[in-house]
Amino acid sequence: MRILPCGDRAVLVELVEPRDVPGLHESLRAARSGPLAGVVDVVPGERTILLRTAPGADLAAIAAAIATIAPRPATGKPARVVDIPTRYDGPDLAGLAAELQVDREALVAAHTGAVWQVAFCGFTPGFGYLRSDSWQCRVARRPDPRRRVPSGAVALAGPYSGIYPHESPGGWQLIGSTDVVLWDSGRATPALLTPGTTVRFVALPWAAASS
Amino acid sequence: MGGGVIVSGPAAGGVTALRVTGSVTVQDRGRPGFADIGVSGSGAADRGAAELANRLVGNEPAAAVLELVLGEVALRVDGATLIALTGAPGPIRVDGDPKPYAEPFWVPAHATVEVSYPPTGLRSYLALAGGIAVPPVLGSRSTDTLSGLGPPPVRCGDVLPIGPRRGTPAPPGPAVAPPPGPVALAVSPGPRGDWFTAESMRVLTDSAWVVHPASDRVGVRLSGPRLRRSRDGELPSEGMVRGGIQVPSGGQPIVFGADHPTTGGYPVLAVVTDADCDRLAQCRPGQVVRFHRVRPPA
Repeated sequence: MRILPCGDRAVLVELVEPRDVPGLHESLRAARSGPLAGVVDVVPGERTILLRTAPGADLAAIAAAIATIAPRPATGKPARVVDIPTRYDGPDLAGLAAELQVDREALVAAHTGAVWQVAFCGFTPGFGYLRSDSWQCRVARRPDPRRRVPSGAVALAGPYSGIYPHESPGGWQLIGSTDVVLWDSGRATPALLTPGTTVRFVALPWAAASS
Repeated sequence: MGGGVIVSGPAAGGVTALRVTGSVTVQDRGRPGFADIGVSGSGAADRGAAELANRLVGNEPAAAVLELVLGEVALRVDGATLIALTGAPGPIRVDGDPKPYAEPFWVPAHATVEVSYPPTGLRSYLALAGGIAVPPVLGSRSTDTLSGLGPPPVRCGDVLPIGPRRGTPAPPGPAVAPPPGPVALAVSPGPRGDWFTAESMRVLTDSAWVVHPASDRVGVRLSGPRLRRSRDGELPSEGMVRGGIQVPSGGQPIVFGADHPTTGGYPVLAVVTDADCDRLAQCRPGQVVRFHRVRPPA
């Protein structure tokens, strides 16, 4: 683990293993009520956690405190589990299956069979980058992003799955759609997917356009 | 304005935008603490100027103000109220009468307030006693121009509610308008200096960088020499900060602003100090900025 400088109000913790990020994120968030008082944001990334402080916080003391907190394991309390009912009707699904040389059903079964975890959030409020140990596919982004990806699109890029919380441009491969509300700023917990949340995709029956 | 005058009363009604050119958004101290769910901090880009405007009219520091970017606006107030303009010194008139910069002044009921294009600086802050009282989102009334959270940008015809007046206006003090010439900004190391050649930090601090017109609340794009990387490949997405100087593969830096994305995949070479982010927020397209290194605190 390294602690890297990030200006006069933040430090960046870099981990060796991406899988260690959720546990450390939980420990650092909990420590904000103790040795990390003065830390305003704890932001996980693929292999890192950024800690941003309030003005006037003692950055050197915070960096020293992180080094003592980090080795402790996660609290072990069970993660929140969210099911995403999904219609596997995405425009890129057939092409991806062909590229991976599997049939559609096998690809869908691999997606719904995997246990996913929110590794980190970014891109837009409520967007979670989902990883799974049992998902071995590495999917290239589309060479030309779509100008409009519909709200609720279930998508793949790199090792990740993601769900678009609202309509936006996007370059991920679209494999399905969901009606689940990913973001509601009026909710007590506005984001459905937060770092560490466990996610399962559940296939819904849907009618093909031509059968 | 004499000291010790307490102004309080019912809500001053609202303020109507009669004419809006350029960008006008509602801003307060933003919504920090939600970066781990993808929400930018937002808030006033020049926090010091916004805070001063609030203090001058007796508002709490967290009250919402209007952030004007190189614009000309005309507003009509329903009720009599106290107003102050800080930041970029756009000439301000009430029913045609010129009013002072960075000093609170009374505006009678139904008067028209006009702010014109500032001679220097980029962002003006207009505080009204009681604050702009649009509904908060995630605890803040700030417009996030990246995600769309918060109120939409102010447009002609909009009526914005004003909160009840309380608090004592602060006496005006010496206020320094943003300067026209080159601006010196302090930087300390970022996390990815090792992604760049040893020469790149020297190029960063030796060069005169020019603010590009495609700059906005998300980031300030700078034109200048190319900052070269020492390694290939993509950086795994990681958390980003206001003031972070990220360098895409084209080599032209972008300094993150108030509405910056919470994570990114371009390496950050250095970070503008927190205090100097306010000064960068007043640099307009074509203005020159220069960076100098300061010792990091950790």
